[in-house]
Amino acid sequence: MDIGLFGQYLANGVMLGTMYALVAVGFTLFFGVLDVIKFSHGDVLMLGSFTGFTVYIGLLSLGIENPWVMIAAILIVSIVTTAMLGAVIARYLVLPLKSAPPLNILLITLMLGTAIREAVRLFYPDGSNPKAFPALLPTASVDLGGFSLRADSVILVAAGVAVIIGLNLVINRTRLGLAIRAVAQDEETAKIMGINYTMIVLVTFAIGSGAAAFAGIMNGLYYNEVNFGMGLLLGLIGFCAAIIGGLGNIYGAILGGFLFAALQTIGAVALPFASAYKDVFAFGVVIALMAWKPTGLIAERSSDRV
Amino acid sequence: MQNKTNSDVRWMGMPALAVGLIVIVAIALFGWQFLLAESELAVLGMVALAAMAGVTLGKTGLQASMSAAMRGHARSMNIAILLALVSVIFLLGQEHFPLLMLTTTLLYMTVAFGLNVQFGLTGMVNFAGASFFGVGAYTAAVLTNHGAVPPLLILVAGGVLSALIGCLLIVPVVRTAGHYSAVVTIAFSVMFKTFLEVNDVLGGPQGLMVGPMKTFGWDFNSSPVFLGLEMSFYVNYALLGAGLAALAFMFVQRLERSWIGLTLDSVRLDETASACFGLNVVRAKVLAFTFGNVLVGVAGALYGMMISFIAPNSFSFSDSLLMVAIVLLGGMGSLWGTALAAVIVVILPEKLQIIQEYRFLLFSVVVILVLLFRPEGLIPRKVRSYFPNWRPE
Repeated sequence: MDIGLFGQYLANGVMLGTMYALVAVGFTLFFGVLDVIKFSHGDVLMLGSFTGFTVYIGLLSLGIENPWVMIAAILIVSIVTTAMLGAVIARYLVLPLKSAPPLNILLITLMLGTAIREAVRLFYPDGSNPKAFPALLPTASVDLGGFSLRADSVILVAAGVAVIIGLNLVINRTRLGLAIRAVAQDEETAKIMGINYTMIVLVTFAIGSGAAAFAGIMNGLYYNEVNFGMGLLLGLIGFCAAIIGGLGNIYGAILGGFLFAALQTIGAVALPFASAYKDVFAFGVVIALMAWKPTGLIAERSSDRV
Repeated sequence: MQNKTNSDVRWMGMPALAVGLIVIVAIALFGWQFLLAESELAVLGMVALAAMAGVTLGKTGLQASMSAAMRGHARSMNIAILLALVSVIFLLGQEHFPLLMLTTTLLYMTVAFGLNVQFGLTGMVNFAGASFFGVGAYTAAVLTNHGAVPPLLILVAGGVLSALIGCLLIVPVVRTAGHYSAVVTIAFSVMFKTFLEVNDVLGGPQGLMVGPMKTFGWDFNSSPVFLGLEMSFYVNYALLGAGLAALAFMFVQRLERSWIGLTLDSVRLDETASACFGLNVVRAKVLAFTFGNVLVGVAGALYGMMISFIAPNSFSFSDSLLMVAIVLLGGMGSLWGTALAAVIVVILPEKLQIIQEYRFLLFSVVVILVLLFRPEGLIPRKVRSYFPNWRPE
């Protein structure tokens, strides 16, 4: 394979990895504070990108056409909307079921995801067809020995990585992060120490959902398309990434995200069979990894196996 | 099996068995008319009527009488139910569409019984129900197109292949727990559909034709003649479907009552404690997973033969979720609940074309409400009684 093609695939893989890692970080944050899986995450992401799309239509009709203003508005509105949605889901669907069997929360959020997906398909104007998301970022490209590195890809990856680093700093360096980690480690003790437990849970869900909205907008800007079904696959990939990394571990989520992107890329180029099998290959490897390391590559702290 | 407390339960002065038989006849007549109802208004009216009847009669103690009948006269009641089902099939005789709906319901029931063993008894959620259903259907397609395998064996082959493919998942499913095991089946479900779509041998996104069921010179796609009347060919499939659902019910009920069922229950409630008491957790899980998949696969094979054309879109993750929804809605581990939920989930959207488009939305909202407000399901499973003739009253 020539170096140009290799570069192209590498750039694409890094892009996908960043996106997946952003989704996986959300899963791992939710699992950290509440030990639950919120499977509607992917569909919240989809809702975020549809919100962004709606904002774009609105701005167009107002006559605002500066791309940077548009991007800022799209990001702010969709992140705030999904963050609030995330908090609402946590408050009314996840917290009430905290003492029920853990699978019930997985099921309730799975069903919620289906409900969101179907609601967008049925009630968004012409929602069952894909929408053309605008290419708002500059598309100038640099030729690097055979492959062209586009400015929008670089900006997207840089922004995504910045968000991941920012999230990591928030978790590890701020008082809020300290409270989140305290709740994750021991709910009771955290409460005794005067931490507002419900508030921290809601804020964590808001942060995770906001990150998902960011990934959704990234996905829209990169592929220039949003559709109602995109959340299912992205959510599933994010879930797989969080799981193979090891739930509750933010580095595990990032590792898992890039690993899954690498698997897809390898499946598309390096394997003898048709590239259409890339997802089959990637999910197959995930299943095999689960058989090998049942609690992820970076394992959870405790275990009660007999 | 008769015991004193059972004959004491009376409803409006009638003994339990009489009440039970009356209810069965009423339900059969209702189902017959419901399947034939044409206008949306009539259907809505009948649904409202059924709901109201269910609630008010439940308040008058009918339920206690029914469960006494089911316990005290299990054999007569089961035979009566089967007879009622067969008579409904013959009453519908010439109507293609209602029979198709009825058979689909019966097959989904079989699937849900299988998932119940995995999910309701053992606590392993299988989010790939539609995939194993698809394995059965595709097995039927390939075998009817490319070989002279006797079709009755094809049903068996559908189950066996589904179990074999399930074996690929067994290691990760059994080694992992909770969320980790959920991801394995979810990933498999998505992987399976993608695989079907890109695989040219299996017809790709267009799908495959499936040959008809034929056994002992009895061609299922030709119309049978009964009492001088030419029936719809779906009567054949409906009868076979009824037999399959009854067989599945019987197997699962026997399994639940046996020591195996007790083992599965204890594995669901506490794996660690079960292992401490010397139960073989791995063996229990492998058994439950394989048994469930066999049922799902056999139902899938018959389904493929009945609709005679299958495509990857019928075996998507959303369909798997619908199957899980049936089990949850009915009540985990409760067979009659599962049967009722299968009827609601399959027939209601078909009869009410208004909600057909909204069915995934509707049922996901319903399941959310069930999980929030009635997590034990429509007909909750009874607590197991440990002494053969002792019944809690």
